[in-house]
Amino acid sequence: MGFRRFILKRLLAVVPILFGVSIITFALVYLTPGDPVDLMVGMNPHVSAADRARIRADLGLDAPVYVQYYRWMINGLQGDFGIVYASNREVSEIIVTRLPETVALGIFGWVFALLIAIPTGIYAAVNKDRAGDHVSRFIALFGISIPNFWLGLMLILVFALWLDWWSVLAPREPLYSTSMLWYLILPGVTIGTAASAILMRIMRSSMAEEMNKDYVTAARAKGLPERTVILKHVLRNSLISVTTVAAFLTAGILAGSVVVEVVFNWPGLGRELVNAVVGREVNLILAITLFTGIALVIANLLADIAYAVLDPRIRYD
Amino acid sequence: MALLEVNDLTVKFYTGEGVVTAVDGLDYRIERGEKFGIVGESGAGKSVTALSLLRLIENPGQIERGEIIFKGQNLLEMTDEEVRRVRGNEMAMIFQDAQSALNPVYTVGDQIAEAIRHHMDLPDSEVRERTIQLLDSVGIPEPETRYSDYPHQFSGGMQQRVIIAMALSCDPDLIIADEPTTALDVTIEAKILDLLENLAEEFDTAIQLITHDLGVIAEVCDRVMVMYAGKPVEKATVEELYYDPKHPYTVGLMSAIPRVGERSHRLQTIPGTMPDLVELPSGCSFHPRCPYAEEACTRTQPPLLDPETGEPLTGSGVERGAACLEYSGELVRGLDFQVTVDDVLGDEADAIGDVDVATTEGELDD
Repeated sequence: MGFRRFILKRLLAVVPILFGVSIITFALVYLTPGDPVDLMVGMNPHVSAADRARIRADLGLDAPVYVQYYRWMINGLQGDFGIVYASNREVSEIIVTRLPETVALGIFGWVFALLIAIPTGIYAAVNKDRAGDHVSRFIALFGISIPNFWLGLMLILVFALWLDWWSVLAPREPLYSTSMLWYLILPGVTIGTAASAILMRIMRSSMAEEMNKDYVTAARAKGLPERTVILKHVLRNSLISVTTVAAFLTAGILAGSVVVEVVFNWPGLGRELVNAVVGREVNLILAITLFTGIALVIANLLADIAYAVLDPRIRYD
Repeated sequence: MALLEVNDLTVKFYTGEGVVTAVDGLDYRIERGEKFGIVGESGAGKSVTALSLLRLIENPGQIERGEIIFKGQNLLEMTDEEVRRVRGNEMAMIFQDAQSALNPVYTVGDQIAEAIRHHMDLPDSEVRERTIQLLDSVGIPEPETRYSDYPHQFSGGMQQRVIIAMALSCDPDLIIADEPTTALDVTIEAKILDLLENLAEEFDTAIQLITHDLGVIAEVCDRVMVMYAGKPVEKATVEELYYDPKHPYTVGLMSAIPRVGERSHRLQTIPGTMPDLVELPSGCSFHPRCPYAEEACTRTQPPLLDPETGEPLTGSGVERGAACLEYSGELVRGLDFQVTVDDVLGDEADAIGDVDVATTEGELDD
């Protein structure tokens, strides 16, 4: 089976997965306690039971759950996720403006994590049980243990307040302007630190394991320089196990975006989600949860493709 | 001048349990084009010897002392850069388990071409050409298409052929074959051994063949060294070793070969196991398992001795020697075994008859 067919197969598999994700998302929000109509009218004694029934019918909430899901899905496929009750804005408009902000933050976090984790992991594995390995283990332990909200606040304290390298409130410019790259650094580092620390440890252990294998001795026996042995032969094999955890780490980064966007006042979906939950904006919660799910599915797909690029055995299964 | 001369090679491993002397004062030499066998059980130090020749011993192992003189130069005094120029180029290695010796994520063609590209100054098209020729000469059908296949698309025997092609890629003077057929089934084993022999003949390559299988030695080698617990216990030509073994350990190995038509239902074995190399027994390392051991054996570790004169032998030039106190006259009762040769395979010219070793002092598998 060729590489193209492999990718095609995986892409097709995404369709039922997305369908499943949408059902679960809808069910979760549907099962959340609290009636939307109650929330809207509150304890207002002037709203009669008949009024309630009318609102319920207007919103389509009197229909059976599968009909409600069907309507929501059909509208969603056309880009209509309803409105935000408090402001009457379209949910889809909020998604379109906020989603790129979160994606940019997530990608920056990932790039930062990889740039730190891969070289450090290689270094630690090559210098196993020596001083450099112990130092990197120590730093990684910190990276994993520090809560991201605290790390974010500390970065703001040190780099924005004391050193004055960044202004505390990022000036809002369009995301594509290059100056925004500078303002992505602090939140990006905050969001990527934990992933970086975990990745580095996985990189180190898989690399150390690969280095004991016979093909490494065989590569050395060919007379190849150690650099080629490590960077060509060992690295590619070790990256295979790193890819396995990549999707799971993406979930961590997305979850982290909620806290980090609030701490850094970053106008992404995570911050919007917090507001939506506080305001019980069911439509907005539904849409954000759905898009988070889609982002994870895409991350998984990319990991699968990377997996197949790295390991030819996968492609031929 | 011999192609390879190993003098007093000693390799130690500094493990948590103690210092293991995996190879202890080994001397031997290999002439150009010669096929030299090293035989012994697992743990005898055969593979460590092989890796030492390419200076591939890794922590916690260390080559303690000795000389490895290859084409007149001591490998142990070379810089890392100089050793890398020898590896894969003048001295190459064939590994026991082809499947794990091939990197799963690169094509076999790429893995063979890699060494050629590294050692020979050839344009890419010629590197490819040469690789395809090598694949062809080790008997891989359709070498052009197989070039771009991955190791997992090959069978075990085909993978071992790839490993052999890899070892031959830069026309080495010496190939170290570490149990090249152990992982294969018997029918393929015979084919691979034939291939190895023919190619060595064709490329005029010397082979150091490491195995635990005396049958493999008989088929391929000219001279043999038997190792036990890191030390050589017997050196001889293949004929001498088979018709006239001198060391009780060699005799034990010999009687452990099952023979066609034998009536016994039990496989002869050497009782006991290889001693713990951290705490070797006193005296001769083999005495706890030796049916002829006497009190003297627990005290003295004999060096290689001339079986005729009992003179101690040192150096890589020794042709015939056995490390047993029998030959220095220190054994009271002596070695009590007879070798009988049944020439059942008489019509096969190169077959070394059927050697039967009978021991009168108790069965070896008791």
